[in-house]
Amino acid sequence: MLRLNLILLILAVVSAIGTVASNHLARKLFADIEHEQSYMRDLEVEWGQLQLEQSTWANHARVEQIARNRLRMKSPSAGQVISIETAKAGK
Amino acid sequence: MKFVHSPLLSQPLPAWRARLVLLGLLTGFLTLACWSLYLQGFNSSFLQEKGASRYSRVIEVSATRGRIMDRHGDVLAVSTPVKSIWAIPEDAKLQPAQARGLAALLEMDTRELTRKLASEREFVFIKRQISPNVAEKIAALNLPGIHEQPEYRRYYPAAEVIAHMLGFTGAEDIGQEGVELAFQGMLAGKPGSRRVIKDRRGQIVEDVESIKLPLEGKDVTLALDAKIQYLAYTQLRQALVEHKAKAGGIVVLDAKSGEVLALVNLPTYNPNNRVRLAGAQLRNRALTDTFEPGSTMKPFTAALALEKGKFRFDTTIQTAPGTLTIGGATIHDAHMHGVLTVAQVIQKSSNVGAAKMALTLPAEDMWTMFDSLGFGTPLKLGFPGEVSGRLRPFKSWRPIEQATMAYGHGISVTLIQLAHAYLAFARDGDLVPLSLTKVDTPPLVGKPVFSAQTAHEVRAMLELAVLPGGTAPKAQVAGYRVAGKTGTAHKLDGASYSNKYVASFVGFAPASDPRLVVAVMIDEPSAGIYYGGDVAAPVFSQVMAGSLRALGVAPDAPTRHLQVASDTPIRESM
Repeated sequence: MLRLNLILLILAVVSAIGTVASNHLARKLFADIEHEQSYMRDLEVEWGQLQLEQSTWANHARVEQIARNRLRMKSPSAGQVISIETAKAGK
Repeated sequence: MKFVHSPLLSQPLPAWRARLVLLGLLTGFLTLACWSLYLQGFNSSFLQEKGASRYSRVIEVSATRGRIMDRHGDVLAVSTPVKSIWAIPEDAKLQPAQARGLAALLEMDTRELTRKLASEREFVFIKRQISPNVAEKIAALNLPGIHEQPEYRRYYPAAEVIAHMLGFTGAEDIGQEGVELAFQGMLAGKPGSRRVIKDRRGQIVEDVESIKLPLEGKDVTLALDAKIQYLAYTQLRQALVEHKAKAGGIVVLDAKSGEVLALVNLPTYNPNNRVRLAGAQLRNRALTDTFEPGSTMKPFTAALALEKGKFRFDTTIQTAPGTLTIGGATIHDAHMHGVLTVAQVIQKSSNVGAAKMALTLPAEDMWTMFDSLGFGTPLKLGFPGEVSGRLRPFKSWRPIEQATMAYGHGISVTLIQLAHAYLAFARDGDLVPLSLTKVDTPPLVGKPVFSAQTAHEVRAMLELAVLPGGTAPKAQVAGYRVAGKTGTAHKLDGASYSNKYVASFVGFAPASDPRLVVAVMIDEPSAGIYYGGDVAAPVFSQVMAGSLRALGVAPDAPTRHLQVASDTPIRESM
């Protein structure tokens, strides 16, 4: 009788410690996932800002200005354009 | 001595003592049972609430507003998180040095800051929508009574170029104009909320439940082509300066799909910085302002005349002596042309010719045509303030009115309605609905207005109008066959016509298989020249040339046939 009680007691203690440990582990993992999720949100925000930056740099007005002034480019006149027929299957 | 042998035990105790103790114990247990029943049964929800409030929190999960992109995926509008700084003035007792530091970070006047903090109210916004970096620095100052609140701010990289099309959002990130308003339902995100358990340090340790899932705003891909839009914007701006015009608009449509590739209005504004906004800048003229289109309506009259079989393209009409009197009013031509064919009436833009054609047609037929072309009804693109234009019921038309309507007076339209109606000529006489968003599977056939035969004949006439001898040789585009019609209309000033003009040009190219419709309207050119063929046609030519090149449309005219536009196009009639 005494032995059975002892075994049950040990089992109860082990299970209690196990519960505490797994709960702790779960919270830690949860904190990790929270962290990662906030990182994800940060990255999304950064992505949006980078897109914004890209479209600001690639602004047509800016591209045109650089092409014309710095690179000294110009639109070809009609006589300078030769159009090439591609095969019907192409395109 | 063992306890059991104690002499005390042998003494009998009075029985009432044992009973008293038993009663006391029973009462105690009963009280406990009742109390626990009360706590568990009747008062539990209140207690659980109190308990939960100590560890469980409902936190808001924000949702971002969707982005707006052009047809190539370039971002035109994007929301990015910012912070707003607010204060509880009662708590915010700042030292002068602290106030100066805060004002410097916020780039505002110290006096203005102290004035705001002296407010009687319980809550004041000090500055809205500042960048997160600055907000972090302010948080580091750890000032009493100064708080932050996350918000979103919308940025428009293309700034004033696409302003009217996109519109803008208010401080609460809700669309107020343009596409932002038209697609509010799609773009807006719905913030969600969830219940969590927080520990003593305020860290979330457990996710209890998700009360409401956040709904991220959907991205909207417009039909707009940012390149064509920019091109149209620069050309129009240049033309406005050159002709000292008050305002202007350009609409570029894809004739195959009905997509709106560009929509430009001038004057414009910068949606990123809307401090000084005037109503004139905000107006999306192409959709909200009507004008009398003038001669750009003549092709419709001719088309109806052909459609009804009363005329052929080579039927002759006597336009001499250049005037036509109907019921006391007289219609004039700018030049006397004599006998013209229907095609020449369009080419030379003769009012008398158009009026004579119209007078052979029943008013009801003309009204039906105008109506099915979309005049007199708003396009329902979802834009705020879209107007219908003016098309009076045919029963009230007098002959003179029917005659003037034939050349675009006594009827008013918006620029986008006009461009849309020209789709009928650019296509095979059918009309497809316009679309602001990208169309993946364009409708093959739209609502028929004219027969394909009529559409092709009118197209040929419109080609004549941009050739030498027509009203708009300046609308030519090197390498392509172009078709189009000029319009020069007196502006209505109250009830009478003034000496102000609206110059317009609507056309399409390549004429062999039209791909684009471009409509240009320039309001009150006042640098001396005001004819559509001189003011609007060159803009059309530039925009069309650039757009066709941008889209990679194959040229359909050999370049050697090119002729330099003569400086003296035929003057059209007004």
